[in-house]
Amino acid sequence: MGYWKDIVLGGWSLIEGMKVTGRALFKPVVTVQYPRRHLEMSPAYRGHIELKVFPETGTHGCIACGTCQRVCPSHVIKVQGVKAHARSGKIATHYVIDYTRCSLCGLCVESCPTQTLKFSTEYELASDSRWDGVVDLVLRMEESRS
Amino acid sequence: MMEAAATSGAYWLRLIIGLVVVLIFSQLNALFLVWLERKVAGHIQVRLGPMEVGPHGLLQTIVDGIKLVGKELITPARADRKLFVIAPVLVFMPVLVAFLVLPFGPDLIIRDMNVGLLLIFAFSTFSVLAILVGGWASNNKYALLGAIRSVAQAVAYEIPLLLSVMSVVIMVNSFRFSELVMAQQRVWFVFLQPVAALIYFICATAETNRAPFDIPEAESELVAGFHTEYSGMRFGLFFLAEYTNMFIVCAVATSLFFGGWHGPFGFSFKIPGVVWFLAKTYVLLFVLMWFRWTFPRVRFDQLMNFSWKVLIPLSMLNLVITALVLKFV
Repeated sequence: MGYWKDIVLGGWSLIEGMKVTGRALFKPVVTVQYPRRHLEMSPAYRGHIELKVFPETGTHGCIACGTCQRVCPSHVIKVQGVKAHARSGKIATHYVIDYTRCSLCGLCVESCPTQTLKFSTEYELASDSRWDGVVDLVLRMEESRS
Repeated sequence: MMEAAATSGAYWLRLIIGLVVVLIFSQLNALFLVWLERKVAGHIQVRLGPMEVGPHGLLQTIVDGIKLVGKELITPARADRKLFVIAPVLVFMPVLVAFLVLPFGPDLIIRDMNVGLLLIFAFSTFSVLAILVGGWASNNKYALLGAIRSVAQAVAYEIPLLLSVMSVVIMVNSFRFSELVMAQQRVWFVFLQPVAALIYFICATAETNRAPFDIPEAESELVAGFHTEYSGMRFGLFFLAEYTNMFIVCAVATSLFFGGWHGPFGFSFKIPGVVWFLAKTYVLLFVLMWFRWTFPRVRFDQLMNFSWKVLIPLSMLNLVITALVLKFV
């Protein structure tokens, strides 16, 4: 009786398959119409690094110690800082990364002693010049605050 | 009546109007079906499908058509030039002929021939020849393989197709579409002949080279099968013929098994017959698309086994039982 059993069971499996696709037909779509609608990125998303702004001081906490610069495997970070006067600590004035060569390993974020680095949620990074990938994070932070 | 009208101008007028309407309808229908196919595919895969051109992408296929018309017609260097050029015309011609006898409504048949059903099947077999010609003339291994597969498939599936149709024909005793539809005024034949209806629909899927029986144009093995070498509007004609063929097999299914222009169980709800007919046909077309986006392609041996070991014996059995019941009950 294998012949008839095959037909009935096979036919039933086809109906089961059509049930699956039939249900999918009426499910809400998951596509987002991208240039018109933007998704809110999850906080866990790893974009390029960014300086945190601490609410207590209203600015970043980078002391230009250069740990990130030394730990970076691709040597894409350059930090410069000044001392306001002889006794005070350094404050970063320039924090430049070449994001085009960054591998997003996150060693800079982990090693930062003042924990002032974080991953941004930026994802629209296409541009027409490779120099657009070189960003000054201090400048960027100040622009985003103003 | 036909003979008397044949000499008058009204006869020619009817034919010319019919031809124009059929040409326009087959183009519009193909445009709509391609759009619907992409929409159904999209939503089954939980995405949107075409959305950019026109409201919900409705004009997308028109734009695609314009692109196809604008493209260069390339003939491969060592192709059989004459056959290569004539194949797309050959594949589209029988499709148009089938519209002659389709019963869209009680008064909407271009010519209600007494061999209507036979005519459709005779000419739909012809499109297999066109596919063979196209695949052969391309001088391309994929095209030739696709064409050969198509012929083998058509030979295997034409038999159960005709056998399942026969069991309806011997119930009505006519090949004339108007009589076939009139016989279903009360009860549709799908309730009297469910096995025949199912076998017909499966074979129709195979006849139109649709998934899961689309091995003549299996993209993953044969590039595009018999129309690999065709470009521009020659490819467009193959495409058009495929979608119009889908419409024809569904229209025949509607008029043989789903009551044609009649509403269910003799209730018409004051809706004109042509609306009933088209609505049922498009529901069947939707089911064809549903098949395509659900089932994986069958292997060649599975295809042949399924036809020769399952469909043909079952349709034969169905025909014999129908004949016995008609004779003795």
